Amino acid sequence: MVFALVGNQNSGKTTLFNQLTGSNQHVGNFPGVTVERKDGVIRGQKDATVVDLPGIYSLSPYTSEEIVTREFILKHHPDGIINIVDAMNIERNLYLSMQLIELGVPMVIALNMMDEMRSNGGTVKISQLSEELGVPVVPISAAKNEGIDELIARAIKTAERKQLPKRQDFCSGAVHRTIHSIAHLVEDHAERIGFPMRFVATKLVEGDAPIEEALHLSDNEKDMIGHSITEMERELGTDKKAALADMRYSFIDKLCADCVVKPKESREHIRSVHIDNVLTNKYLAIPVFLLIMLIIFWLTFGVIGSFLSDLLARGIDAVTGVVSAGLTAYGINPVVHSLIIDGAFAGVGSVLSFIPTIVVLFFFLSLLEDSGYMARVAFVMDKLLRKIGLSGRSFVPMLIGFGCSVPAIMATRTLSSERDRRMTIMLTPFMSCSAKLPIYGMFTMAFFPKYRALVMIGLYVLGMIIGIIVGLVLKKTAFRGNPVPFVMELPNYRLPSPKSVCLLLWDKAKDFLTRAFTIIFVATLIIWFFQTFDFRFNVVQNSADSMLAGIGRFISPIFAPLGFADWRASTALITGFSAKEAVISTFAVLTGASTANLPQALASIFTPLAASAFLVFTLLYTPCVAAISAVKREMNSGKAAALVAVFQSVVAWLVACGVYQIGALFIH
Amino acid sequence: MKTLNQMRIGKKARIVAVGGEGALRDRLLDMGLTPHTQVMIRKVAPMGDPIELMLRGYELTLRVDDAKNIVVEED
Repeated sequence: MVFALVGNQNSGKTTLFNQLTGSNQHVGNFPGVTVERKDGVIRGQKDATVVDLPGIYSLSPYTSEEIVTREFILKHHPDGIINIVDAMNIERNLYLSMQLIELGVPMVIALNMMDEMRSNGGTVKISQLSEELGVPVVPISAAKNEGIDELIARAIKTAERKQLPKRQDFCSGAVHRTIHSIAHLVEDHAERIGFPMRFVATKLVEGDAPIEEALHLSDNEKDMIGHSITEMERELGTDKKAALADMRYSFIDKLCADCVVKPKESREHIRSVHIDNVLTNKYLAIPVFLLIMLIIFWLTFGVIGSFLSDLLARGIDAVTGVVSAGLTAYGINPVVHSLIIDGAFAGVGSVLSFIPTIVVLFFFLSLLEDSGYMARVAFVMDKLLRKIGLSGRSFVPMLIGFGCSVPAIMATRTLSSERDRRMTIMLTPFMSCSAKLPIYGMFTMAFFPKYRALVMIGLYVLGMIIGIIVGLVLKKTAFRGNPVPFVMELPNYRLPSPKSVCLLLWDKAKDFLTRAFTIIFVATLIIWFFQTFDFRFNVVQNSADSMLAGIGRFISPIFAPLGFADWRASTALITGFSAKEAVISTFAVLTGASTANLPQALASIFTPLAASAFLVFTLLYTPCVAAISAVKREMNSGKAAALVAVFQSVVAWLVACGVYQIGALFIH
Repeated sequence: MKTLNQMRIGKKARIVAVGGEGALRDRLLDMGLTPHTQVMIRKVAPMGDPIELMLRGYELTLRVDDAKNIVVEED
């Protein structure tokens, strides 16, 4: 038995899903889009699964979230719908319920936040509400785990008995007549493709193009439909879409007047307004936001993250040491020893070092998201991002990019539109990640000792400028079309639920680990292989003879226009694909220099101008394999991930070439 | 008659008509900005755009350009 969980954003849907399924969840994507699909077995009901559909406000055909929800219900025919409705915001939530009822699927309404409703002195006449809507209504509090067992029992019973909504007609007058005449007209078509007739008729009145197309109407039928709609519009003196919205809200207003005693102004809302007096204050909003982000970065990359990373690194070193000693004592072949220690252990170790950062960062991110602060950040920052065709929602993921691209790309999951999600993923790598700092540090020490800070700031700013330019170009080309309207609810501030936070952390860590031991692991092994052998598959004594160095030599002419055709530079850039930290260590290995005299060694490879071009190239070229695999996961396409890697490298080459060539003009 | 973006903060008004077209207009109607609904501007973002309004017991943010399409009548 399959249930679809449908509801508005901020209605407590994820909390309810977690209560229904516990940790028994499977996370994936809907086919073809990057909309997250979660499903899980309902607790105590091993034959019943529930699919968590994206949070939406209407069944209109615009966003991929709405389309995914519609298609799931129309084409996969779930046995029942569990519609979560926020009692504190009942009018807008019921607007979606009225459209769901038209789908002709057994349905139960889970009326959430009833604890908040009652504690603020409000009441809902549950049985009357249920009677008038024609579907069972179960009061619950997802956060407090109240009413969940009743909800499960009710949902199963409704689905088992195939108990359809008792009522679908909520209107009168012209709208009523038009829906009926159209329903009559398209009855056969709807039946043929297995779509519910009432839903089809209402959507046709609203002018829903995908439904119209799916029905294969004759021109004559289209004319007749158009005619009845024009009639209705003339009679009501308004247009079709407004007429239907008005019909639904009029019914809801009357229903709520009869069944709901609203609390005056809830304590939660008053508290929210007080908090917002500071957090979205005209003068304080931006400084407070920057302060919060600074603290999060400091804790993630400075205090907690580095503590955990050190601990992990020490653990890995200890295990590696023991295994290495064991293998040596056993007298194993040195190549196998190298494969296990330098290949597998080093590869896995470098990948595992991401885990503390990801977990700590997502801990803070989920606090920001679940508390309702993320919506405020979008409100405050929207104007800045609008010019490149994004909304304020993309601000935080991009900012995280300055720490690490991997969690930044993973954080785009919370964006409410697929278009924004894709575009944000493409722009995030332009924010210079913290793993590139050692490269900047070493190079500025070697070439610009007097202007180190200035050069570093310059690089960060350049990354942002290029990101903005790319954003403007993308907006005009690949992401033309209309952006999803920025009409966003600002929910009341809430305390995040520990259970939801823990599940999210577990989910993100698991997600990353799965990739770490597949794509990323394989990639590091390949690089180890190229580093260890020469083209005759002999183990190299001198790293200059390795296949990697050979490939470096082969591609080095590409970098001639950038001023650094040296094979050591190109080899270092290749190893940088496994992790940016590897760039400097590769230089050290290939030049045979110690950390102390690496600056002199670099000075023998690069002129200061070529060094600048090299810095610009490392700033912009393909993100590391961990980030690329995150792109693959979030864009749900290996092709898109490869495209990002190539695209970034091309942009990097062009900009670095520009820097070198223009610089050369000035120097001569 | 005014448009929503011209309203002063804290003043209540009723929606007369929602103009514009396409996905944006449909979204506004879906979110409950239907004629006769009472709205109030609660706040303007620090950079002057977007705005935050209160309607049907919840808070909604929309851009000034989009608010220009909404005709209101002050109470």
